[in-house]
Amino acid sequence: MTKAVPFWKDERKLAILFQAILLAAVVVVLLFLGYMASTNMAARNLKFSFGFLSEPADFQIYEGYTVAKEQGRWILRLYHPSDQVWQAMVTGFLNTLRVSFLGIVLTTVLGVLVGIGRLSSNWLVNRLSFAFVELIRNTPLLVQMVFWYLAVFLLLPPLRTAPRFHGLIVSNKGVLIPWPVPDASWATFAPYFYGGLGLWILFIVIRPFWKPPRWLYWLAPTALWGLGLILVGSLPLEWSVPQVQGFRVEGGMQLSPEFSSVLLALVLYTASYIAEIVRGAIQSLPKGQWEAPASLGLSYAQTLRLIILPQAMRIVIPPLGNQYLNLTKNSSLAIAIAFPEIMSVYETTVNQAGHSIEGILIVMAAYLSLSLFISALINWYNVKVALVGVAR
Amino acid sequence: MKAVAWLKENLFNGWFNSLLTLVTGWLLFVVTKGVLVWAFEEGRWSVVPENMRLLMTGSYPPEQVWRLWTVVAIILFSGGLQYAVRAQGRPPWWMWAGVLVAFAVSFPVVFPATRFFLLVAMLSLPVGIVVGANVSRRWVDWAALLALVAVFLLLWGNTDRLGGFAFTLMLTVLASVFAFPLGLLLALGRTGKWPVFRTLSILYIELIRGVPLITVLFLSYYMVPLFLPASWEVPTLFSIVVGFSMFAAAYLAEYVRGGIQGVHKGQYEAAWALGLSGSQSARYIILPQAIRSVIPALIGQLIAIFKDTSLVYILGLFDLLFMAITVARNPKYLGTEREVLLFIAFVYFVGAALMSYASRRLERAMGLGSR
Repeated sequence: MTKAVPFWKDERKLAILFQAILLAAVVVVLLFLGYMASTNMAARNLKFSFGFLSEPADFQIYEGYTVAKEQGRWILRLYHPSDQVWQAMVTGFLNTLRVSFLGIVLTTVLGVLVGIGRLSSNWLVNRLSFAFVELIRNTPLLVQMVFWYLAVFLLLPPLRTAPRFHGLIVSNKGVLIPWPVPDASWATFAPYFYGGLGLWILFIVIRPFWKPPRWLYWLAPTALWGLGLILVGSLPLEWSVPQVQGFRVEGGMQLSPEFSSVLLALVLYTASYIAEIVRGAIQSLPKGQWEAPASLGLSYAQTLRLIILPQAMRIVIPPLGNQYLNLTKNSSLAIAIAFPEIMSVYETTVNQAGHSIEGILIVMAAYLSLSLFISALINWYNVKVALVGVAR
Repeated sequence: MKAVAWLKENLFNGWFNSLLTLVTGWLLFVVTKGVLVWAFEEGRWSVVPENMRLLMTGSYPPEQVWRLWTVVAIILFSGGLQYAVRAQGRPPWWMWAGVLVAFAVSFPVVFPATRFFLLVAMLSLPVGIVVGANVSRRWVDWAALLALVAVFLLLWGNTDRLGGFAFTLMLTVLASVFAFPLGLLLALGRTGKWPVFRTLSILYIELIRGVPLITVLFLSYYMVPLFLPASWEVPTLFSIVVGFSMFAAAYLAEYVRGGIQGVHKGQYEAAWALGLSGSQSARYIILPQAIRSVIPALIGQLIAIFKDTSLVYILGLFDLLFMAITVARNPKYLGTEREVLLFIAFVYFVGAALMSYASRRLERAMGLGSR
């Protein structure tokens, strides 16, 4: 006759018991913390509410757009101090997006170049890339950012005496770049431009159902744009060159010192990590992948472009996506130099209207959704380029 | 002739490389020249030695500074012991040379008493390595425990006056010490088979990893005092350490998880066949192997914590970066941001580079990737 196993010796029952205790403990701790927080907040006359979001912001943000409802339509326009707090937050978020997007593009280019440089047979390039990576990786990003801002951009010569190269001005008021802007004939060209773009997107969207031939991708939009160009008769763009008028600057692309420092610091810092990732991926390829193209008579550049990089890309994508996430999250350090991304807008809001905890929860939610979005994008791309039939 | 052959081989093999060499060489020359001209002709480097005490210890009472030096010496010494035992290394020549150079360079700029402390502290690293190579492992482990207690006792009481680099170091140590157990727990939860534990761990890890450190720090800065009775005076340092540890634990957990998943399936089965329970096999079989394989990543995380401590500047704590900016804002030293910031960048660089050197040696000594 078998005796029933007592429950304290039955692993399955113990597991259930332990988990129940764990869950209960977590719930009790959370409830206790919530209770403490609510009593303490009541004692300090703090109220947990998100009502402050619709109060007027009453502070200036020097750059950035926000969304607003004007004449019944939602539009994107420059932020104004009379806007509401949530609109200021939107401005911050859009600035985060702007610096992150630009940073991701630039850092990828720089990182891949330095990563290839780390493997170059050219001694100088090789050592220089190594020094760059080690120097940047071993110092804190925040120190670099503050350095670029306080010790480089703010110490540049003032507008009046700043050096100029063909319209490009680098001064303590930021970097001013000549930039093409639409001119008077843009209105005629616009339908063709957006039509071509729309067609191109349409082709990509309908791909699961009908795969257009490769040439159609390029031909359709270019044909429309070309038609538009012929009808307009000239390029519907003109150079907007920054013009200094006293203390003000008109025209061109104006990058504030804050934006430039944040962007530069983020790009350099992330590039040093991407360089290591790229180097690791290239080195992990079998030696034969170098020898086979060499025996086929491909040049070094061809080997890199046609054989090595496409294969390395596949290995690189997951860690690369991680770095993109890091860059986006690291852009929050811009709070230290008052570039108005979402973290600094948050700080200004707290100084003006309080509600520090509600505010930080909103900021965290914004970053979390941004992170999830980027990682979803990376995963989607990763699945797309993965080798067929290889377990990941 | 050898030199010419070397140049030809390494710098001028083919037109593309020659062009590359010329362009980078020219760029390097221009930049180096600019930096050197500034460093030797315009830089007001005197700001660094004149504010050395502020940068290194903040407003710590000068007559108590010996405590900090002793702590540094103890940490370096036991670090040396650990390194000797785990990486089976000898102190490389440049460590001795570094002691000499640092001593010679600092001779004219620091106080006589500091000079003595500096020499002792700097020597304690290579001496620790030499000693560690000649004693048994058990001694080293006891020494580590003893060192921890000694450090705790030495710092007790004056922590609120701590600032500058000393504060940065203390924050690094505190955050890592608390983050590690939590990270281990989370990793076990995530790889274990208890669904509740696993779900909670995954939720925690992914939430924390999805947000920037500074938001976690802000949250803990505001929330931790609210969680405790109102009559308690919660030091900001405490709130910050809580935030730091919670953040770092999520990343540590992911590294340890990688290690646990890398342990061969047969190891689990063997442990099971021997009749070990879940906790026994985790403790004696799985974790030792898992942690061994992720030690480089863990040291990488330690370096990351060390660098990330600079973020407390944003919250107004007196860390190294805060002190540097305070010095540069002093009217007497106006316009010395470059000098001061370059100096602290150098300090961070030396700290991080030493750690990553140790990690590389450790990797090689443990035969990672070749076993």
